[in-house]
Amino acid sequence: MVHIKRLQEDGADIIAIIGEIDASSSIELDLAIAKSVGDGYRKILVDCNGLEYISSAGLGVFMSYIEELKDKKVYLVLFGLKERVLNTFSILGLADLLNIRETKSDAKKLVDELSV
Amino acid sequence: MFKTKALTRLTSMGALIFWVVLAFSDITVLFADIKALPSDVPQWLPQVMLDLFIISLFYYYKFKIERDESLNFTDLLWKVFATGLIATVISLAVRLLLFLLGSTPLPTNILFIDLVYQINLGLFINFLLAAYTSWKRLILYQKSKWLIRAWLAFELLLFCILVYDSIHIVVSSTLSNTAILLVSALGLILSFNMRWVAYLNFKQKWTSLLLLLLSIFYLVYFLYSVTILSDTVSQQSTAFIDFQSHVFSIALLAFVITYITFSFLVVLFNLPTSSVFEQKLEEVVSFQRISQSIQTEQNEESVYNILLESSVSAVFADAAWLEMKATDSEQKLYTHKISAQESKDIRAHLEKNKIKGALDQSSDKTKNLSKHLGSLKNSRFRSLLAFPIKVKEETIGTLALLKELPEGFNKEMTRIVSAFANQAGISIENFRLMEEAFQNARYKEELKIAKTVQQSLLPTKLETNLDFEISAFSASADEVGGDYYDTLRINEHEVALIIADVSGKGTTAAFHMSQMKGIFHSLAQQGPSPKDFMVKANKALVYCLERGSFISATYFVINTQTKKVHYSRAGHCPVLYHQAAKNQSVFLKDKGTALGMVRSLDYSNFVENQEIDYQPGDVMVLYTDGITEAKNGKGEEFGGERLAAALQNSAQKSSKEIEENVIKHLYEFSGTEDINDDYTSMTVKFQ
Repeated sequence: MVHIKRLQEDGADIIAIIGEIDASSSIELDLAIAKSVGDGYRKILVDCNGLEYISSAGLGVFMSYIEELKDKKVYLVLFGLKERVLNTFSILGLADLLNIRETKSDAKKLVDELSV
Repeated sequence: MFKTKALTRLTSMGALIFWVVLAFSDITVLFADIKALPSDVPQWLPQVMLDLFIISLFYYYKFKIERDESLNFTDLLWKVFATGLIATVISLAVRLLLFLLGSTPLPTNILFIDLVYQINLGLFINFLLAAYTSWKRLILYQKSKWLIRAWLAFELLLFCILVYDSIHIVVSSTLSNTAILLVSALGLILSFNMRWVAYLNFKQKWTSLLLLLLSIFYLVYFLYSVTILSDTVSQQSTAFIDFQSHVFSIALLAFVITYITFSFLVVLFNLPTSSVFEQKLEEVVSFQRISQSIQTEQNEESVYNILLESSVSAVFADAAWLEMKATDSEQKLYTHKISAQESKDIRAHLEKNKIKGALDQSSDKTKNLSKHLGSLKNSRFRSLLAFPIKVKEETIGTLALLKELPEGFNKEMTRIVSAFANQAGISIENFRLMEEAFQNARYKEELKIAKTVQQSLLPTKLETNLDFEISAFSASADEVGGDYYDTLRINEHEVALIIADVSGKGTTAAFHMSQMKGIFHSLAQQGPSPKDFMVKANKALVYCLERGSFISATYFVINTQTKKVHYSRAGHCPVLYHQAAKNQSVFLKDKGTALGMVRSLDYSNFVENQEIDYQPGDVMVLYTDGITEAKNGKGEEFGGERLAAALQNSAQKSSKEIEENVIKHLYEFSGTEDINDDYTSMTVKFQ
């Protein structure tokens, strides 16, 4: 079960994920990112403070957006990942492909730098 | 069947014989009376013969009419009519004979008149009994316990009267009067059972009226001729027993006349309403067609067409259309006697005037929109009724019915079409559920195939060497996963190993796994460095894997000459390596991104070549995340530490034993044999 909230802050779209992302709930994550991109946001922050677990399908969602976001010049930064979750990202080597920061302010800073 | 035929023959023969005896005994009695001679034949004989004649005929018709299931209502009336016709024709023939005999002394002879009377009486009773049996079937058409009892009582009373008639013993006048009263009352009550009339259609009602009318005519004719004849005879002889004193015949006659009159009147007065009944019947049939259409036709379109047809005929609409949501934005239109353009105009007009109703798909109420049509110019329609069609509370379409007359729809029509629309909704819902069930079954079947494919992709035999031994274990959950491991000998000194985990489940996972196997077997034999292997594999897979799918893998080359393990990790779980010399187990956490993830960038920046010098006694455990992520009842994960500990305490044993130990620990931890992910491990023990 997952609960995904979106809120806007300083021109950035913040997607907060609360709960676990598995094969079935990854669809919701996919929808949320697609909506955010569709709404025309160029700065997307993903708040993972509430993310307890992510399966390979959930990682696949992030992975699938890498190319698209690059083409559209949209910048996505993840922050607040729990150690376990971060571990999943790093084992797969996805940490090298995504922008991951520890805190929200770091993430904001990074996204602002990138989108200049 | 044969028995019934034999019985009809027997009873008809009996009736004929009894009648002949009746006629001649009566004539003899009469003759004796006129000539004042002592009669050889007892006076009671004609009476008894008459009773026997009646009973035989009663049974004859019981077998002929009552038991014949194939007869419908008009057939029954036809039987009565036909019997009456034959009887009348015979009677008229006798009359003609009398007329032809003219002035000869025979027609005035009392005995001859008696014979004529007996012929007429026989025919009359025959006709009455035929009618009686038919009436019985009509009355008992819709049986109830009470009705059957009433009829039995009635029949029993009639029989008592028959017996009483012939024995000539007056028990008590009150008793006989009561019996007569009771029989009349019962007969009258029974005569009110006219339910069969409702089931006749218009044409059948006309036929019935004609048949009943003619039957009434025959009845009157016979009553008249028998009365005249009996009067003539009884004037000349006292021994003659007039049929009018035969209470049974009178009761039977009264009953037949009552019922025939009632029937005639009821059918007559039901004539104007018969179209309503036919309409109702048609509605029921339409209803049934809608509900059954799914089973027979197997598609939604036929339900729509039947709904359109039935609704139009149920309310006599001049035109109709049915608009169904095909996809989210698309609508599908089915029309009846109206062009698509015309219906579009009407909808546009209603929309323009901001009229909310069932026509805009969001409404779920049946609406009469007739009054809004008045403002639409150039439209031939003056009445419009719209119904929503719902599946699982969701409106999936609308049915619109049109009439050229103003105020063309009444409440009753609205109710019927509403019921049709509901039933169509249910049919469509059932159809969709059935489709879903089929899909599910097919999916399960596919899964079974995928599982077989997956199993067959795993090697049955692993490479061995003097330097090392390998054991592998794989268990999969009900859903097919995509764990893969394999070995391949490159040359005399080198053996390639792979362990991989395909993201996703089901058939796609099995499919990707087979691609991985193909890549491994074709690339590995060329002996590339592990990193090269990964770069090439990534290149091949990027165009095969769909968006969001990837494969994590670790590829090893064990060189027994240099005593080295070369490997490269592409996003797979880190290798657990036990060094015998230090007696410690560590995870080799190197850099490496899974296959299929990096598409546009240079993948060679994301994977690395690694190497280990192995010593005898070293152990390498390769596994998939199913093992480290296996959970116990409390939701804790098995994790790397428990895995390392399991290896640590059995590292001195053979690869097989190490593996068994790890799996034992895993199952002990999860506390169940039911796994919800795939467990795959490959253990390499160096010697």
